[in-house]
Amino acid sequence: MEGFTALFEQYDVVGAFWVNIQLAFWAALWSLILGTVLALMRISPIPSLQWFGAAYVNIFRNTPLTIIMVFGSLALWSQLNVNLSSDFNTNFFRLAVLSLTIYHAAFFCEAIRSGVNTVPLGQAEAARAIGLGFLPAAGLVIMPQAFRGAIAPMGNVLIALVKNTTVAATAGVAVETSSTMKTMIEFYPNLMTQIFLTFALGYVIIVIPIGLLTTWASKKLAVAR
Amino acid sequence: MRKTRYAAAAIAAVAALTLSACGGDSGSDSGSTEGSGEKIRIGIKFDQPGVGFKDGNAYTGFDVDVAKYVANELGYPEDRIEFISTPSQQRENMLENDQVDMIFASYSITDTRKETIAFAGPYFVAGQDLLVPSDSDISGPDDLDGKTLCSVSSSTSAQKIKDNYAAGVNLLEQPSYAECVTAMQGGSIDAVTTDDIILAGLASTDANKGKFKVLGNTFSEERYGVGLPKEEGLVTCEDINTAIAKMVDEGAWDEAIKKNTEGVDYTFNAELNPPKTDACA
Amino acid sequence: MSAQNVLFDAPGPKTRRNIRIGNILGVLLIAALLWVAVSGLAEKGQFEAAMWTPFLEWGTWEFYILPGLLSTLKAAAVAVVTSILFGLIFGIGRLSGFKPISWACGIVVEFFRAVPVLLMMVFFYQFLSKSTSVEPGQVPFFAVVISLTLYNGSVIAELVRSGVFGLPKGQREAGLAIGLTPGQSLRSIEMPQALVAMLPALLSQFVVILKDSALGTFIGYTELLEYARRLASGEGNILPALLVTAAIFIAINWMLTFAAQRLSRRLGARAGKVLKIEDTIEPEGIEAPVPAAAPAKGAAT
Repeated sequence: MEGFTALFEQYDVVGAFWVNIQLAFWAALWSLILGTVLALMRISPIPSLQWFGAAYVNIFRNTPLTIIMVFGSLALWSQLNVNLSSDFNTNFFRLAVLSLTIYHAAFFCEAIRSGVNTVPLGQAEAARAIGLGFLPAAGLVIMPQAFRGAIAPMGNVLIALVKNTTVAATAGVAVETSSTMKTMIEFYPNLMTQIFLTFALGYVIIVIPIGLLTTWASKKLAVAR
Repeated sequence: MRKTRYAAAAIAAVAALTLSACGGDSGSDSGSTEGSGEKIRIGIKFDQPGVGFKDGNAYTGFDVDVAKYVANELGYPEDRIEFISTPSQQRENMLENDQVDMIFASYSITDTRKETIAFAGPYFVAGQDLLVPSDSDISGPDDLDGKTLCSVSSSTSAQKIKDNYAAGVNLLEQPSYAECVTAMQGGSIDAVTTDDIILAGLASTDANKGKFKVLGNTFSEERYGVGLPKEEGLVTCEDINTAIAKMVDEGAWDEAIKKNTEGVDYTFNAELNPPKTDACA
Repeated sequence: MSAQNVLFDAPGPKTRRNIRIGNILGVLLIAALLWVAVSGLAEKGQFEAAMWTPFLEWGTWEFYILPGLLSTLKAAAVAVVTSILFGLIFGIGRLSGFKPISWACGIVVEFFRAVPVLLMMVFFYQFLSKSTSVEPGQVPFFAVVISLTLYNGSVIAELVRSGVFGLPKGQREAGLAIGLTPGQSLRSIEMPQALVAMLPALLSQFVVILKDSALGTFIGYTELLEYARRLASGEGNILPALLVTAAIFIAINWMLTFAAQRLSRRLGARAGKVLKIEDTIEPEGIEAPVPAAAPAKGAAT
């Protein structure tokens, strides 16, 4: 047991989790924005945008995140010279956020669309009846209700996103949880079960509250029908 | 004490799976190889061009060429060799569990490994080195300050450079060397590091020919040996060493190096190569 | 709200013109995006014939792509079966009237739904490597299958539970009324209906399993992505190789998603009630919106 506690002095486990939390935070923010835009595209009257939204979702939600991650660093950074920061490590952090965003935006889009499906037809008809066009109707009437109806599925996407940040090691983010855990296990194989349980527990501590919170919020904010 | 408990737990955890899923499999496997007694199972890497590579249904690379020569000397011509993939982490395990008869897989001789397995050879002394674009002005690990260096995850080579030579180097870890080389072609990476012969092999593939050079300024010694089970198996260490010595004498060793690093600006460390084989334990 | 076009009126002449302009702008925008990406990659030589001709050769398919696809499908298929078994056992366990059992099952399920699959794979890979009871060559395969099973099995356990909870109360009451025990009612009345209702969601979970099997490349499981890398280290065409790999994954997953949607529509017409994500209790899990989005459409009509 002594050897086990000494591990925490040698490896910054909390710091590793902090990297994943930051990745998750920024990726969640951006993919929520991109996902909303995509959802708007998919319900818009403009065929090319509808098509683009649908194509985007079908492509990215069916691709393994690992491939998107490798693409983020390999195609965007090394071939297209996309630099998101002059600082080396920040650049890869942001590229990882970008890859996570591209992937999860497809799921946020679908979550929001399932929220739109919970809005009764009459709401849209009423919006049209008082003379609102597509954007005002969507922005003032449909979307506010859709978001409230989409909280539970969006919570699922958020939880998946938190866990998927572990794949960021592929995109050149060095000090996150999966690579830290791998290094620790490789150097202290006789403590591997404890090491794994520590990291697993860390995720349980992060993920369970998100689940409880979104369940609570989805009930609390549900639109009474 | 703790170790044994884990082993017991491990066995318990997977016993059911193994019994049901691959028990029959492994039984028939070892049965056929031992029964006929004809084939020798040689462990190599499948994913290192120029060293150990499965190219379609053929096997190529320096390790493979040495393995074929040695096997032939031991009485196993090419059609009686079965090549098996032995990834770095599995090598000791596969020897201990009698999955392979010998291993030629850029396998460095170390004291830790000698505790569980035996080595013949060495048949090559590699060293950690740098691969850079042909027109690069980097001449050694000291020049890497502020540059970007690529390696695969869990490689010790890159960390060594950061610790001992260039503290200001930017380390990028990629899943495999294919990614590193592509990124270097795109111009975003200044150098790739690992053992020199592996680098030379990477650079000698058709797609990369003429684009890169291996510096030849090694900063470590990796003595590649032939991994053998601790208890004497199908082949003996002495016979392998004799075969290696013969290969060097005949010039086949030189030829194998040349063939597998063709088109790359690379010379191996001539002070250490070809190496004299160690005495067998 | 299934008909999306109720969001906007039947367009008049002016709106039609605006839509046309918007459409053209949209096309231009998409084309510009594609052009930046394609021309940038072309400049770096990624579209040179040598990068792509390997995919025209049979050997590439025979020795890399098809074997890779085969082991991807093998791991996924085994994981699907074991996940369903795991899900049924723990899902029913969680419904058990005997509290310690339902608690224990609940803890197991919640735990494995929260742990990233990659962490599990790394751990089981090391764990099995150290043990002597698994053939070393099979270690990556078992690590992949065990990790996929623990995670997806837990998700399926939740599907089972919510499937049973989603049934009308009368079903159970009727079962008890004709003298069945709670266990008998669960087995012969509630479970069959719940299983049918969860079929589309189950199918969508296969997509997750298939995609997550690609994580096996990190522990050296020779699946499709790993073979693509191997091919690329010989041919020097990692980007084209990744693109082809992605295309294969997209094609298979798209078909599965399509099948899930069709199935959910058919079941929706028959049973009137198909499991959707709002019905699950504390729904969680990677890509759960996939099951959600698809069936929700059918269910809302």
